[in-house]
Amino acid sequence: MASIDTTPRKAADDSDIPNISIQVEFSGGLEMLFSSQRRHSLSLPATEQGTPITIASLINHLCNHTMKDTRKELFILDDHLRPGILVLINDADWELEGEEAYELQNGDNILFVSTLHGG
Amino acid sequence: MPPVLCAICHTERALIKRPKNHQKLCKACFIRIFEDEVHHTITSSELFFRGERVAIGASGGKDSTVLASVLKTLNERHGYGVDLILLSIDEGIKGYRDDSLETVKRNAKQYDMPLKIVGYDELYGWTMDQVVETIGKKGNCTYCGVFRRQALDRGAKMLGIKHVVTGHNADDVAETILMNLLRGDLPRLSRSTSIVTGSDASAVKRSKPLKYAYEKEIVLYAHHKKLDYFSTECIYSPEAFRGSARSLIKSLEKVRPSAILDVVRSGEDMARLVPGATSDSCGCKGKTPSSHASADEDNVGGCGSANGQATGGEMAAMDRQLRENEVAEAANLETEITTTKTTPAPTSTSTSNGHRPDKQRIKERSKPGTPGLPIIPKQKLGTCEKCGYMSSQKLCQACMLLEGLNKNRPEISI
Ligand SMILES: [Zn+2]
Ligand SMILES: [Zn+2]
Repeated sequence: MASIDTTPRKAADDSDIPNISIQVEFSGGLEMLFSSQRRHSLSLPATEQGTPITIASLINHLCNHTMKDTRKELFILDDHLRPGILVLINDADWELEGEEAYELQNGDNILFVSTLHGG
Repeated sequence: MPPVLCAICHTERALIKRPKNHQKLCKACFIRIFEDEVHHTITSSELFFRGERVAIGASGGKDSTVLASVLKTLNERHGYGVDLILLSIDEGIKGYRDDSLETVKRNAKQYDMPLKIVGYDELYGWTMDQVVETIGKKGNCTYCGVFRRQALDRGAKMLGIKHVVTGHNADDVAETILMNLLRGDLPRLSRSTSIVTGSDASAVKRSKPLKYAYEKEIVLYAHHKKLDYFSTECIYSPEAFRGSARSLIKSLEKVRPSAILDVVRSGEDMARLVPGATSDSCGCKGKTPSSHASADEDNVGGCGSANGQATGGEMAAMDRQLRENEVAEAANLETEITTTKTTPAPTSTSTSNGHRPDKQRIKERSKPGTPGLPIIPKQKLGTCEKCGYMSSQKLCQACMLLEGLNKNRPEISI
């Protein structure tokens, strides 16, 4: 990984950061937490405080902005994705891609699948 | 990061990391190995015989959908010669089953299998909505759970089918083992580890071909095979205790993925230590006959939970009695052993209304009250006077609940 630029930025910098577009999908019952909508197209700043945006930030963003349901604990538990929710990054298990540290790329497809709902 | 290559074919990109051994596999190799392992479970435990009619308990959810898909594939690939049908239960909760039953109907077409949907009204004379109307929302999960526990057996019996397979996976089994461990209920723990359960009383055998399959892999299998399944939550809240056991299992899996199968294996080992009980591990290590535990299948819960959470004095009392019933049944049935290699059971002992003579039911029975176990069955195991289902009391759990319900049936309902 390239060295991380930790230089403090001006607050107004937000507008200068290019955006990336990603597709987020929910299934296995998780869609119920996200307005019963399976697919969400998101546009996010490519970097955050100078470092590329990671899945960890995406999860926070989803929880704080996309999720209307108040039961946040069904998605995030102890500041991490709730155990039992699988993440596929372009169809690959995120465990093969560095999990929360994975840096999002433009055009990524991120799928969250719950294993916790009725079988 | 350069893509990781599949550990089996070394050509395709790995997309799956297996929880049990961290093996990294491509999609095609994963699908194949998942199927091969279920095949291994089926053959080593001798779950089926040629010409057997097998009902798949189908809810439209991921587990039963994967089970149906895998069994169809394996039946064709390996020539099991079994006759598969989908059996679904409609609890009669307005709106609740609509989508899942639609899914099952599509599955029936996709897998070219006959489908039978049996309603609680047919089985019990009551839909869950009518139950709720009569008793209110409190404690209705108890009813749903007890009714559901018998529903697949009763439904299969209606169809003249003697074997029901369910989609219980390794996570479900581990969760049930943990719950029983935490309750100090070793007899039940012992039964919950069996791959085959069944009772002569109901003449229906139950088995779990996905017993060693991780839930994670079931979901991934469904995803990569693009299976059509439906996810739902029970509209009534699940039992808190089971929910906690579930969370614990998932948290353990997160830090040590092998934990789930380790719990299953520990459960099997502990089951062997329970006096009078036998248990099975994977049939290939040691060809002991599988135990046929009682038909009260504690991990087939109503509303996704084993037992409803009872609230209020009346429900608590009811629950207590149900538990005593179960404990008595458990203690009596522990050592009921038949061989896994099932030949079609003689049906001559069944009368048309399902009653069977008591003395012919149980082949072998342990002495109740084994020293060291604080469980003394209150009564000899028998069959329910009303329906002939296995019961330690005069009436089985379902009939007991039905009796109470029928007393309170509103005059207006027909
Ligand atoms: Zn491969
Ligand atoms: Zn009965």
